[in-house]
Amino acid sequence: MFCNGQMQIEHIELKNITKRFPGVLACDNINLALKQGEILALLGENGAGKTTLMNILYGLYQPDEGEVIVNGRQTAIDSPQKAGALGIGMVHQHFMLVPNLTVRENVALCMFNDRTFHCDIAYVTETINRICTDHRIKIDPDAYIYELSVGEQQRVELIKALSLGANLLILDEPTAVLTPQETDKLILLLQEMAASGCSIIFISHKLNEVKAVSHHVAVLRGGKLVYNGSTDDHTTNELASLMAGRDINLPVAKEKEPSDKIILDIQNVTAIGDRGTQALNGLSLALRKGEIMGIAGVSGNGQSELAEVINGIRKVQSGRILFDGEDITNRTPQQIIDRRMGYIPADRLHEGTVAGFSVKENMILKDYARPPLAQATFLKDRAICRYANDLVAKFAIKTPSIDTTCASLSGGNIQKVIVAREMNRRPKVLVAVYPTRGLDMGAAEFVHSELLAARDKDETVLLISEELEELINLSDRIAVIYEGKILKIIPAKQAQKSALGLLMAGVQSHG
Amino acid sequence: MGNSRRRLQELTFNVGLTALSLLLALVIGAVLFLIAGANPIKAYGVMFTAPLEDIFGITEIFVRAAPLLLVALGISISFRSGILNIGGEGQILVGAIFGLCIALYAPPMHWSIMMPLIFAASFAGGALWGGIAGWMKAYLNVNEILSTVMLNYVAIQIYSYLIRGPMMDKQEIVYGTGASQTARIAREYWLAKLIPGARMHSGMIIAVVLAVIVFFFLWKTIYGYRMRAVGAEIRASRYAGVNTRWYLLLAMLLAGGFAGLAGAVEVLGVHHRGLESISAGYGFSGIVVALFGGLHPLGAIPASIIFGLLIVGADMMQRAVHVPAYIILAIQGLIILAIVSSNVFITKKGMRAKMVKFLGKATGRK
Ligand SMILES: Nc1ncnc2c1ncn2[C@@H]1O[C@H](COP(=O)(O)OP(=O)(O)OP(=O)(O)O)[C@@H](O)[C@H]1O
Ligand SMILES: [Mg+2]
Repeated sequence: MFCNGQMQIEHIELKNITKRFPGVLACDNINLALKQGEILALLGENGAGKTTLMNILYGLYQPDEGEVIVNGRQTAIDSPQKAGALGIGMVHQHFMLVPNLTVRENVALCMFNDRTFHCDIAYVTETINRICTDHRIKIDPDAYIYELSVGEQQRVELIKALSLGANLLILDEPTAVLTPQETDKLILLLQEMAASGCSIIFISHKLNEVKAVSHHVAVLRGGKLVYNGSTDDHTTNELASLMAGRDINLPVAKEKEPSDKIILDIQNVTAIGDRGTQALNGLSLALRKGEIMGIAGVSGNGQSELAEVINGIRKVQSGRILFDGEDITNRTPQQIIDRRMGYIPADRLHEGTVAGFSVKENMILKDYARPPLAQATFLKDRAICRYANDLVAKFAIKTPSIDTTCASLSGGNIQKVIVAREMNRRPKVLVAVYPTRGLDMGAAEFVHSELLAARDKDETVLLISEELEELINLSDRIAVIYEGKILKIIPAKQAQKSALGLLMAGVQSHG
Repeated sequence: MGNSRRRLQELTFNVGLTALSLLLALVIGAVLFLIAGANPIKAYGVMFTAPLEDIFGITEIFVRAAPLLLVALGISISFRSGILNIGGEGQILVGAIFGLCIALYAPPMHWSIMMPLIFAASFAGGALWGGIAGWMKAYLNVNEILSTVMLNYVAIQIYSYLIRGPMMDKQEIVYGTGASQTARIAREYWLAKLIPGARMHSGMIIAVVLAVIVFFFLWKTIYGYRMRAVGAEIRASRYAGVNTRWYLLLAMLLAGGFAGLAGAVEVLGVHHRGLESISAGYGFSGIVVALFGGLHPLGAIPASIIFGLLIVGADMMQRAVHVPAYIILAIQGLIILAIVSSNVFITKKGMRAKMVKFLGKATGRK
C-alpha cells in the first residue's frame, strides 16, 4: 500500500561512485547495492560523505565518476524530478521546506512539482490525512512552516516523501530531533514499509536505532566504503569502532555538591509563540550556579520559545528573568551576550550560522567587535585566522580551509562550528538546544565531556534535548516542560526513561 | 595537471559563452538597424572602435564611468545588506538639489572649503532620500522595491519644479528664453579638468578612491561585517546581537549618499548647473554596473568603464549613422542583457550544467 509508484525498484546499485568538491574527495570509488524490501543503514563520521552519496542517488549532484544501475540498467539520475519518477524519495538532513507556505502547500508543491497549471488541493488534503491517520502522525495542515518546531518540520518532510509513494526512501538523519517515542513509531513505520516491498536507506548516528531497524550496514570513512555487511554480525560497540576506528564511551556526570547561588532565575514568564498561541504560560525555573539543568519535553511545548526569551530574541509578555542578579527581561540580544550568556540554537543553518559566510567569519559571529579580533573598528585578520584555526583544530572540524563557506560543510560539521564558538566564549550560562544534533559519536563524546568540564568550572548549562539518554547522562536535574510550563523537576539520578516519557505527555503521577 | 586543464576549459567556455551571447544580441540589433534603414556593419564599427580612436572618446568614457561607479558603490552596499535598492535615480537628483543649494546660495568661500561642503550636502541629500526607504523597510516593513521606485517619481517631480521655479536662472526670466535650468556655478568650484579641451574631470579619481574605501569598509571593519551579516542571514545576525534595523537603515543611508555624490559629480564636473535630464539614467544603469561587478566595490571599477564605453560608443554611432535614439537604447539594452545573462550561466553552477546538457542534446551528442 505504500509503494504505489509507477515502477518497482527491485535492485539498485551504485558503481564506482566518485565525487570531488574543491579541496575534498567526498566520495571515493564507492560500490553499494540494495534489493527491494531491504533496509540499509549508512554510517560514518561527520563529513564522511553520506549526504553527498545520497544526493547523488537523488539526482541533486552528478558523480564525477561512476554510475547508478536500476534494475540492471544504467540510469542517469540527473535531477530530483527524474529520481521522483523512478520512485526515489528523500528526507533531507537540512529541511527543504518553504517557510512562508503552509504544510499543505509544501506537500502540494512536492506532489505537483511537474505540473504548470494543475494542482488538486483537495487531493493533497486527502493524501495528508491518509498518511497522518495511517501512521499516527499529528500535524496541522494549515500551519505555516516557520511556526513549526524542528521536530514538527521533520514530520512534514516525512509526509512529503510518503505522499509521492516512493519505493526507495532515503532518510538522512531523520531521528536527529525526534523524541524516543517518535523514533520508535518511525522505526515501526519503516519496518512496515519494508515488509510491503519498499527499500529504505537510513542514515543515523544512533547505533541502537541502526541495530533495531536495518538489515545491512555500510560504513563510510573519509569518503571510502570501509565496511559493508549484515547488521546482525556486529554489536553496537563494534559498529561504533568500525565508524570511528576506536572505542567510544559517552561520559556520565558525576554527582556534584549543588551550589546554592541562583544564576538564572526565570519567574512566571509568559510569551507568545510564532503561531500566536501562548507558548510560555507562566513558566518558572531557577538554575543554580555550576549545574546542568536538562529540559525534557515533546517538541513544540515551549522549549524553543524558552531559549529565545532568555536570549532576548523573543519578547517576554509578563514575568521577569534575572541573570546573575540582574534583570535582563526584554533586553536586546547584544546586552545579554555582553553579560556572558551563550546560546546554541536549534536551527543551525539560519540562526546559528550565516550560511554564506566563511567558517572563519562564523567563528567570530559574537566576538568580532572585541580585541584581539578587532581594534577600534577594524577587524584584525591575522588574529581572526589564528582564532578560527585554533577552534577548527580543537573541535576537529572537517573543512578544506577556514575560508570555506559554512554552507558547504557537512551537517555535523556546521553544528561543530556553532558548538565551538559558543563553548569557547566561556559563558556564565549556556543555553544549549540539541547541542549534539547530527554529531557523530566521537564528536558527541567530545561535546559531552566539554559540557561536563564547563560544569566543573562552575559554569551553568540549560540543556534542551529530545534525547532522554543524553539528558539523564549529563544533567544534575531534569525539568519536564509541558504546554509552556514546567511540570516537574526531578534529580537526574532518579530519572527513569519511562516515567519521564509519561511526564512529557503531560501525565502527572500523584504521590 | 588535470586541474589546470580544467581551468583552461572553463575559461574558454566562459569567454566563448559571453562572445556567443554578445553576437546574438548584435544580430538581433542588426535587424533593428536594417528596419531603420542603416548599415549595421558600419554602425557597429563606429560603436566599438570610435570611442577608442582618439583622446576625446577615451576621456568621455571616464566622464560616464564616474557617476556610474559612484551609484554602483551605493548599490553594492545596499544589495550586500539585503536591500534591493532601485532608487538610485531619485537619490542622484536629491543629491544634486542639495549640492546646488550650497553651490548657488551659500556665501562665496575658498574652493577648498566650498567643494567639500557641496559634496557633503549632496551626500546628505542622497542619504535622506535613501534613508526614507531604509527607515520604512526597517521599522514599518515596507517593501523597499516599492518605496524606492515611488520615491524616484517624487524626486523627479520635485527636481523639475525647482529648476523651473524657485531655483531657475534669473537671467532666463530676464531674457525671456525660459530654459529650465539653474544659474551657472562659479568657476572656481568646478571639478578640475584633467586634460585641456576634454570634459574629463577629477570625478573618476574620487570615485576610484571611494571604491577602495568601500571595500575596506565592507570587509575590514566591524560595521561592514554587521551589514554583510544582515544581508546574508537576518535571523543569524539578530541572534548574534546585531541591531538589524539600524543596519538596514544605515545601508540605505550610505547607498543614497553615494548616489547623491554622483549627482554632485555631474553638477560640478559636467554641467556646472542644474538642468533637465542631469542623470541620464545613471540610477538604473548603476544597478547593472554593480551586478556586473559582482556586487564588489573593486569589481565595479572595470564594470563602470565597460559601461562607459558602451554609452559613449552608442552616442557616436547615433551621430555617425543617423538612426533614431530609441534604436540605440534598444541595442544598448540588448548588449547589457546578453552580458548579464551569460554572466548568470558563468557564475551559477546549476544553470551551467543545465545549459551544457541542453547543448549536448541539441548537438545530438551523448
Ligand atoms: N556542496 C558542497 N560543496 C563543497 N563541499 C561539500 C559540499 N557538500 C559536501 N561537501 C564536503 O564533502 C564532505 C562530505 O560531506 P557530507 O555532507 O556528505 O558528509 P556527511 O557524511 O553527510 O556528514 P554529516 O554526518 O556531518 O552530515 C565534507 O567534507 C564536506 O565539507
Ligand atoms: Mg550529512
